[in-house]
Amino acid sequence: MSDDAVKLSAAEAIERIRGGDLAPDELFSAYRQRIEDHNDELGAFLWTAPGAAGGTDGPLAGVPLAVKDLFCTEGVPTTAGSRILEGHEPLYTATAVRRLAAAGAPMIGKTNMDEFAMGSSNENSGYGIVRNPWDPERVPGGSSGGSAAAVAAGLAPWAIGTDTGGSIRQPAALCGIVGLKPTYGAISRYGMVAFASSLDQCGPLTRTVTDAALLLTELVGHDPCDSTSLGLPEPVRLPSRTDLEGLRFGVPNELNSSAEGVEEGVGRAFDRTLDVIRDLGGEVVDVALPHAPHGIAAYYVIAPAEASSNLARYDGVRFGHRAGNGTLLDLYEQTREEGFGAEVKRRIMLGTFALSAGYYEAYYGRAQRVRTKIADDFRTAFADCDLIVTPTSPTVAFRLGERTDNPLAMYLSDYCTVPMSLAGIPAISIPAGLAQPADGSGPDRGLPVGLQIAGPAFSENGILDAAHALERAIGFDVTGAMP
Amino acid sequence: MSRELSTVLDHIEKIAELDLDGVPPTTHVIEVENVMRPDEPRPSWPVEHVLEPSPEATEAGFRVPSPGQ
Repeated sequence: MSDDAVKLSAAEAIERIRGGDLAPDELFSAYRQRIEDHNDELGAFLWTAPGAAGGTDGPLAGVPLAVKDLFCTEGVPTTAGSRILEGHEPLYTATAVRRLAAAGAPMIGKTNMDEFAMGSSNENSGYGIVRNPWDPERVPGGSSGGSAAAVAAGLAPWAIGTDTGGSIRQPAALCGIVGLKPTYGAISRYGMVAFASSLDQCGPLTRTVTDAALLLTELVGHDPCDSTSLGLPEPVRLPSRTDLEGLRFGVPNELNSSAEGVEEGVGRAFDRTLDVIRDLGGEVVDVALPHAPHGIAAYYVIAPAEASSNLARYDGVRFGHRAGNGTLLDLYEQTREEGFGAEVKRRIMLGTFALSAGYYEAYYGRAQRVRTKIADDFRTAFADCDLIVTPTSPTVAFRLGERTDNPLAMYLSDYCTVPMSLAGIPAISIPAGLAQPADGSGPDRGLPVGLQIAGPAFSENGILDAAHALERAIGFDVTGAMP
Repeated sequence: MSRELSTVLDHIEKIAELDLDGVPPTTHVIEVENVMRPDEPRPSWPVEHVLEPSPEATEAGFRVPSPGQ
């Protein structure tokens, strides 16, 4: 098996398998070999499957899937990137993973991530860093950094991740692939280790927009095990649009190429895609999201508050790591002291502070009101446009270690993605080109820039269609970083 | 860590700048109607299965040190 098969998009691989030109087990073995050859350097996988489990006759034809280690998998180690869950083997499998396996996408491995999905660089993993395939001295983004790096480096044809404030879209942007965060509730969260339950959403990381639609088709749906899951009101369509005639694209004044923190190279690539939109017949209009600049502040109250409650379950009693040999209180304290990393402790403290008596209204209460304002802003903006476009990340991939001592700088990586999460609306990131970081220190060819396309709740089909037309016109080479 | 937390808290204070009088807090981002299902008993996992991932278990439950020791 040559490396050619691993350069195929998943849709192309499915077509070859159906035509009898490619056997699913050959494809699985080819990817297993790629993981063996490159994972030591990249750090993308924490566990790899010995063989393909499940049938290959479903719509996904046996094309293997990488799964973020936040998804519970029965009898397979599930750590959420945390030492507190080292060696933990869940008793059940997440609905998302089960649905994809049943559709013919067997799990090839579990991918590295920021601990409990808290981070934007994958440097908060309890199991080591992940390197960006475009430049090994740079971060892949996070928290779904392992999934993004695996897909970009050709160690998996596609992957699933989770997005709470940008954890699918930002790593997809930094690694030059496609990442979709669906409408809140489109996909079941059952078996997804909870971080901030009012924001967490599963979604695909793929090399093409069509591949994202293929995974989304199988992922969406109501699940009796998650009462917040809704599915989508209409079936997912495979995107086919090649022009943007009749569509209005809103560019928010607060999140455009001259917004605070947006690198010059990223801004230029973004403005070029606005020209592409016009060339394809789309209209570009200015819109306002006046509360978007307060998104990060509101998010870093709401998400840590929910996390401080969700993470109370890691106490060393029922599963995972246990430490301490004195009283029950020793057991709790020692277990959590040893098991959690610095960022998780930071967020638990922030969250408990924001929820404490006397501060609750000033922090949590106000943040939930800001959230209402941000959702209202989007509703107003969508009266004047069909879709909203922004850069996905204000910067290209930054250097390893560059932001680890400055949590706020790290949090601002999600400046453009957090508002959509707070509003619960769907958004995709697609590669928009290559650019240099602000200090010009990137590799000669540059580093990937992501374009974010957001729409109203349940507008996944419209987003996928527009993304497909743009992907085709931009012509980005997603295999450009494969070793 | 206190310095890092202070920087973050200073940024969070931005939400105090806004006039939010009369703005309802978000409780759920997507408008949904509650749906009830019949409350029928269903089989659950056997106790010993649920105890499998426990760091320390007895035949009847999770074992922990005494709170008072």
